[in-house]
Amino acid sequence: MSLTSEEVRRIAQLARLAVDDREAEGFAAALSDIFDFVEALDGADIEGVAPMAHPLDAEQRLRPDQVTEPDQRDLFQGIAPAVEGGVYLVPRVIE
Amino acid sequence: MTLDTLTGWARRLQAREISSRELTELYLGRIERLDSGINSFVTVTRDEALAAADAADQRLAKGERAPLLGLPVAQKDIFCTRGVRTSCGSRMLDSFVAPYDASVVERMNAAGAVMLGKTNMDEFAMGSSNETSHYGPVRNPWDPERVPGGSSGGSAAAVAARLAPAATGTDTGGSIRQPAAFCGVTGLKPTYGRVSRYGMIAFASSLDQGGPMAASAEDCALMLNAMAGFDPRDSTSLQRPDEDFTAGLDRDLKGLRIGLPREYFGDGLHPEVRRAVQDALAVLRERGAEPVEISLPNSGLSVPAYYVVAPAECSSNLARYDGVRYGHRCSDPRDLMDLYTRSRAEGFGAEVKRRIMIGTYVLSAGYYDAYYLKAQKVRRLIAEDFRRAFGEVDVIAGPTSPELPFRLGEKSADPVSMYLSDIYTIAANLAGLPGLSMPAGTVGSLPVGLQLIGNYFDEARLLNVAHQFQQETGWHQRMPAAFA
Repeated sequence: MSLTSEEVRRIAQLARLAVDDREAEGFAAALSDIFDFVEALDGADIEGVAPMAHPLDAEQRLRPDQVTEPDQRDLFQGIAPAVEGGVYLVPRVIE
Repeated sequence: MTLDTLTGWARRLQAREISSRELTELYLGRIERLDSGINSFVTVTRDEALAAADAADQRLAKGERAPLLGLPVAQKDIFCTRGVRTSCGSRMLDSFVAPYDASVVERMNAAGAVMLGKTNMDEFAMGSSNETSHYGPVRNPWDPERVPGGSSGGSAAAVAARLAPAATGTDTGGSIRQPAAFCGVTGLKPTYGRVSRYGMIAFASSLDQGGPMAASAEDCALMLNAMAGFDPRDSTSLQRPDEDFTAGLDRDLKGLRIGLPREYFGDGLHPEVRRAVQDALAVLRERGAEPVEISLPNSGLSVPAYYVVAPAECSSNLARYDGVRYGHRCSDPRDLMDLYTRSRAEGFGAEVKRRIMIGTYVLSAGYYDAYYLKAQKVRRLIAEDFRRAFGEVDVIAGPTSPELPFRLGEKSADPVSMYLSDIYTIAANLAGLPGLSMPAGTVGSLPVGLQLIGNYFDEARLLNVAHQFQQETGWHQRMPAAFA
């Protein structure tokens, strides 16, 4: 498979990664190589095989619906890049 | 003072022949003197280590017993450590001071361990050479022009150079076993779910598993006793009774059936590595093990399946790095989208970006069935291969890596050739099985690893086989001359 720089820019946009034109070319070549390699899966006989999402096919463990975590907002916000009055700051999203 | 093993130091601490402070100062001194040549530590926690050593000495003086009481260890910088930077080898987390301890760290601290510092690693554990770290590559103590393997390359190199008697690692596709092989140490990836993932920075959640790295199998068993156990904070943690992994080390190997997959000895295996592995297998045979030729017919599909499943999970897990709550944030974002895309572009390195983009693509609308669903089906075929094999044999053995430690830069320009470095290790992660690598010989001065893969929950057996091998051989005791 051969990805174009245009397709790479679209994927990068979905992945929320800024890429410039030069980088997009490099990624197009590398990702194309990787997808060529992954194409080996096309030869697998997977007719009727159930997908495996978890190594032990374990089921989701449930717990009682009880509060177990204390309020640690100050601790967690202490490592944030920008907070004010207990909220995280981001660029204006509503005009 | 002559350097001892983790188990040996434990005995000497309990006999009060040495204090934890003396032992901790010995290793801190070695790190200070010798690490500049290999770059195995990202952070050294001298003050915290000495305080923990003094606390351990007080407990020892009172006659207390705990599995790792007073023993210095290194933590891979993927495990969150409260109050200590946890970088995961990434610029994204260069200033991230974890607000809590990972379960593994908490358990080891409770067992009395003294943390020397945090070890270098491939960025977000994505790499097989430790060259993708934001903090520069780790060098192999046996030859500084060669890589130590990855992603737990810092832990492997630190143990090999005896800058720590033991260290933690994590293994998503071979990241404990391959660096253990390249550096000549013993490393164990437990059964998926055996060691808690809580506070272990996520890469591919259905594959990630923490485990011990040390000089010997006996040391790994001691470490695993402290690391393993049910954790309600990890939704995939195994609910099984605690086990003493040191208990079965002395069992003999009479009648042990060792499966040798023909696919692990085919084309692409370095002939000198093959010879060293065959010599090691002969030692196991002499101790009573019976080799059985087996086939894992879908082995060739494991690396391609992995490079769909792991990037898909990675793209989802790494979506959390948004420049808002923690981690790197770009300066002067124009708008929210600019904040996201530029913070992530600046914070992540090239290999991490490649994997995020592969994962994003294979999960995107219209491609899910063609890639992710297909890879998950192949994953079951690979697990079924092992299920059949373990009907015939007790353990599976073969080379850990098809090659010797390669030169720095040798594979940097070709991601696929780097990925193939894990051709024998990845299947165990896809199936969720335990795997171990131990030093099995050398080619020149470079170590060769023998891999053992066990059935689910059979870590004790792998450690037993490795320990018996290490009773007969001295490969695990070799030390690189520059670090003697």
